[in-house]
Amino acid sequence: MFATTLETDHHTLPPLPTPPVADLRLLEEVAAATAGVSRLEMCIQCGTCGGSCPSSADMDHTPRQLFAMVRAGMRDEVLRSNTPWICVSCYHCVVRCPQGVHIADVMYTLKSMAIRVKLYADSTAPDFSQTFVDLVENYGRSFEFGLATRHYLKHFPLRLPGMAPKGLGMITRGRMDLTPHRIEGIDKFKAILARAKELEAAS
Amino acid sequence: MTKYLYYPGCSLETNARAYYISLMAICEPLGLDLEEIHDWNCCGATEYVGISLTPAYALISRNLALAAKQANGTRTVVAPCSACYLNLAKADYYMRESPKLGEKVNKALAAGDLHYTPGSLDVRHLLDVIVHDVGLDAVRRAVVRPLSGLRVAPYLGCMVPRPDYEHRWSNPEYPNELDQVLKALGAEVIDFPLKTHCCGGHMTQIGPPVAYELIRRLIHAASEYQADLMATLCPMCQLNIDAYQGEMNHFFGTYYHMPILFFTQLMGLAFGKEPQELGIGKELVDSRLALARIGVEVPEAEAAPAPRRPRKAKEGLPMPRMPEEKELIR
Repeated sequence: MFATTLETDHHTLPPLPTPPVADLRLLEEVAAATAGVSRLEMCIQCGTCGGSCPSSADMDHTPRQLFAMVRAGMRDEVLRSNTPWICVSCYHCVVRCPQGVHIADVMYTLKSMAIRVKLYADSTAPDFSQTFVDLVENYGRSFEFGLATRHYLKHFPLRLPGMAPKGLGMITRGRMDLTPHRIEGIDKFKAILARAKELEAAS
Repeated sequence: MTKYLYYPGCSLETNARAYYISLMAICEPLGLDLEEIHDWNCCGATEYVGISLTPAYALISRNLALAAKQANGTRTVVAPCSACYLNLAKADYYMRESPKLGEKVNKALAAGDLHYTPGSLDVRHLLDVIVHDVGLDAVRRAVVRPLSGLRVAPYLGCMVPRPDYEHRWSNPEYPNELDQVLKALGAEVIDFPLKTHCCGGHMTQIGPPVAYELIRRLIHAASEYQADLMATLCPMCQLNIDAYQGEMNHFFGTYYHMPILFFTQLMGLAFGKEPQELGIGKELVDSRLALARIGVEVPEAEAAPAPRRPRKAKEGLPMPRMPEEKELIR
């Protein structure tokens, strides 16, 4: 009698869940887009990276978690994570990683991948990088006054009045130029970057 | 005089001008002949690599290509800025590790009639050159005004000792090279546990609270060790600890006052140079009190910005309040 009940139960069980769609090429893609040899495949999930990180408390995922997610092909979650944007490039994890994973460079790769598909929760960091780079591409040198004013107007307008005395202090001490410095070979410089961008788009 | 190719980097021309001025002042006593790379460009700091790989490495490598072209009698590039040093060293290393990257970069450089063969230059940091080429004995010999009695916290930050591709430092997390130089100047050097911890880097611009906490840890530790000042070799560290100290104090309601100078400025003082020749007075957190301990008088700085006071509420007497739910002992 028991046997029949069990058989009936078996027929009424819900179907097995379908596994989430995994993007198994993600790991390969991240590794290939990283400078040098990333060694990301070598990660043994020991957690030394997260334990060494000075800013992990502010991260959505520790580097270890993020790398597990890369392996699991969780593309959207990985690219939406704030972790690469909170990474301060201190290289503590890099020198401690027993597998020699180029963790900081993987973080740079994830940033550029998130920018490409515009998957980031907060635009402050990508905008800052982009403004910095725009100025560098224009002049060949960084231009801090332009960077500070543009960035603060867009993202921290309320911090501006409080910054004024400091900005003045920097200017009067000769630590901030009000005009940019343009390099001499700017045309060839721009040609190099244009060619590099074509090569990047083709890869 | 030993000749080197010199890559100053953008910071030394602007916010870290004091580093530039003081370095130029100590070149002669140290026997350093620094030949600037002509028409160098920005290294991209920590920003460009986070946007696009090939353009970022092409940007860095233009400097290496220019340096290699200019090299006459030397193949060593010296960079005083941490981010510049790391970027130049990193590009050279990764192009050797992954020849594909080197090929791509050289295709881009060809658009500007340049070429760089990875591995043809040695990229080194200024401190490395001072310790290993000039030598501590030569530093000691140049000292005419020992910094006796000045308690200094040596602070290197992240990007000089790490990742250290060429194994140039005694330790990537606790190197003692900067300590040795400062000791050779006669200073009382504290064993600073946070010497290679992070100052927050660009987080002061992106997520200030993250940076304030990192800055607070460093300044707190230096104060606990009763340092008179911190000595650094990184423009970013100097900027964050000096220019954001006021905001950090405001944020936490603290009253830290921890001046931070470049190690080259302290070397200049020990070599008998005057503060004005070393860019002393350009820092926002006044170092005059600290330097008075070694009998150095610094003229009053121009228009010192008024320090922002912490919020009133934190200065007032404690007021009675109702305990919150979680504080109640039941």
